[in-house]
Amino acid sequence: MSRSGFAATLSRLQNRHGSRVLNHVGSLTAPRPFCSESDPRSRGRIKQALPGVSSFTPPANSSHDWVGPPDRMSNLRPIKYHIPEYESPLESRLRKLRQETEDWNHQFWTNQNISFSKEKEGFIYSCLKEKGLELRDEDGRKRTLSADEMAEFYKEFLNKNHQKHSVYNKEWYMRNFTITFLMGRVALLKAWRKLGWRQQDPKLK
Amino acid sequence: MYNSPCRKLTGLVGVSILQSLENAAQARLCSWDLVQLCRSSTSKWITFQHCNFLKRQYVTKTTEACQRAKPKQEALTTPLVKQHPHLQDETVIRQVQQISAIDQHPSSVQSSKETPTQDTERASSDEDPSTAQETRQWKEIKVMLGDLPGIYARLSKIRLTALVVMTASAGYAMAPVPFDPSCFLLASLGTGLASCAANSINQYFEVPFDSNMNRTKNRPLVRGQISPLHAVSFAAACAVPGITLLALTVNPLTGALGALNLFLYTCCYTPLKRLSITNTWVGAVVGAIPPVMGWTAATGSLDVGALLLGGILYSWQFPHFNALSWNLREDYSRGGYRMMSVTHPALCRRVALRHSLALIGLSVLAPALDVTSWTFPLISLPINLYISYLGYSFYRDADRSSARKLFFCSLWHLPMLLLLMLTCKNHGWTRKTDPWLTV
Repeated sequence: MSRSGFAATLSRLQNRHGSRVLNHVGSLTAPRPFCSESDPRSRGRIKQALPGVSSFTPPANSSHDWVGPPDRMSNLRPIKYHIPEYESPLESRLRKLRQETEDWNHQFWTNQNISFSKEKEGFIYSCLKEKGLELRDEDGRKRTLSADEMAEFYKEFLNKNHQKHSVYNKEWYMRNFTITFLMGRVALLKAWRKLGWRQQDPKLK
Repeated sequence: MYNSPCRKLTGLVGVSILQSLENAAQARLCSWDLVQLCRSSTSKWITFQHCNFLKRQYVTKTTEACQRAKPKQEALTTPLVKQHPHLQDETVIRQVQQISAIDQHPSSVQSSKETPTQDTERASSDEDPSTAQETRQWKEIKVMLGDLPGIYARLSKIRLTALVVMTASAGYAMAPVPFDPSCFLLASLGTGLASCAANSINQYFEVPFDSNMNRTKNRPLVRGQISPLHAVSFAAACAVPGITLLALTVNPLTGALGALNLFLYTCCYTPLKRLSITNTWVGAVVGAIPPVMGWTAATGSLDVGALLLGGILYSWQFPHFNALSWNLREDYSRGGYRMMSVTHPALCRRVALRHSLALIGLSVLAPALDVTSWTFPLISLPINLYISYLGYSFYRDADRSSARKLFFCSLWHLPMLLLLMLTCKNHGWTRKTDPWLTV
């Protein structure tokens, strides 16, 4: 699913419902800044927490990335990337790609989980309505459909999203390979540095 | 199978203990209660997540500050009932939060359950406890050497790898040649390393999908314990020595089969899982190759015996996997996995039954091909009939319990079948050389 298409859908949803939770998703159409890059003193800290984004700040003396709890919507774990003091353009490119991929993944799975939940409830409601039953039984418990009945919905949902998943898979595989390749290059670069032979060329890419 | 005697015994013990516990803090459950709960349950499907979920339910009930799980659900669904004709996204999103809250790590459950009800009135004073809690859940991505064995074990799916090595060993042991311990060990080690590599690459490819499924959300890459580069390096560090070991110290045929299997699993099966149901057949071939590798490691050639063993493993995969996938349909549907159980449920059950019955046929074929004696089809008939019966129940009933029974049966059926096969191995080659054996 393209980012522009998803962003347009989100803005339509936002206009229709002023939900704060949707704002949380909508804020992710723009890449979340780990820090304000114009101010070198703020490296490693978030100056201002965006709505819905975790306000967690790694300690200043930490030189590693930090991984958080799974997100409620997408079930993916956010990562706060550490920006080293002398970040090369290659490392910067890697970090930005990882952050962008994280945001893109988060958008996709949030959307996926929301649509699944929404369509599942709609399906249950319409099935119960056909049977002439209310959503709740006499004891006040929520009625559920049998596994066979739900299987119809699962099949339909899976087939409906086949194309979307196909596109997502291709992009995910490409991003994953690129990130790993860049990580390999960065690791070699760091090893090179540690061995003491610094690169003379400041425009290293 | 074992419910009645166990229930009586544990019931007696459990009653006496429960009575004493009733006098204690009512809501507090100790681990013994959980064991009783598990034992008295008719369900054999006690996974780690199930126990964790039960623990969470009781923890939320005992903690005063936290809301109870049950009324929470009612509070969330009432707005849905009222507003259902309009199906507002906000209420649905709350449901998603509830769903993902149940699926989440225990420590994050409290904060996520509080959020929906405080949605409209989120005062800054309320944020401090939840923020502090959230802060505690952030972990530094720093690999400690002491954690690495555990991480690598989970990354390489060590139990599955052990099963694969077991089938390869069985293949080696069934081959009608003198047993060479060093070759046997090298073949097992090489197969094990190749399997570790394949499983690591599989997890590397599937991080976002694994995050969204209950069964797989505690994997190392999903939890961020290691980086993708680390996982790929580990896979390479296993694959290269493994395949080289097989090719150079065992024989090139086994090395080639190992490389083929690695390729099939990582580059065919893993991507196909999301594209087409043919992934199950490819996966069955992947499962069938290790015993063939074991046989070729011993004999150096691809005999009919190797193909028969491969055929038995191929057929076994279907009742095993189809039964497993039957109870994961919701997760597969949401995650975008194309499995027979979701898209072609009738085919799923038919194929499972068909291949359960095929196991009987293949067991009869074994002595016909001089792999085993004629005792083997007779002594393996009870277990083969039992798995076929469970396959038929699964085909007829198509419910959770029959799927579960078939899956658990397949777990002990395979080692048992291989063991029986080993005891009935055709030692025909020894008649000429062994003076102690009479014709």
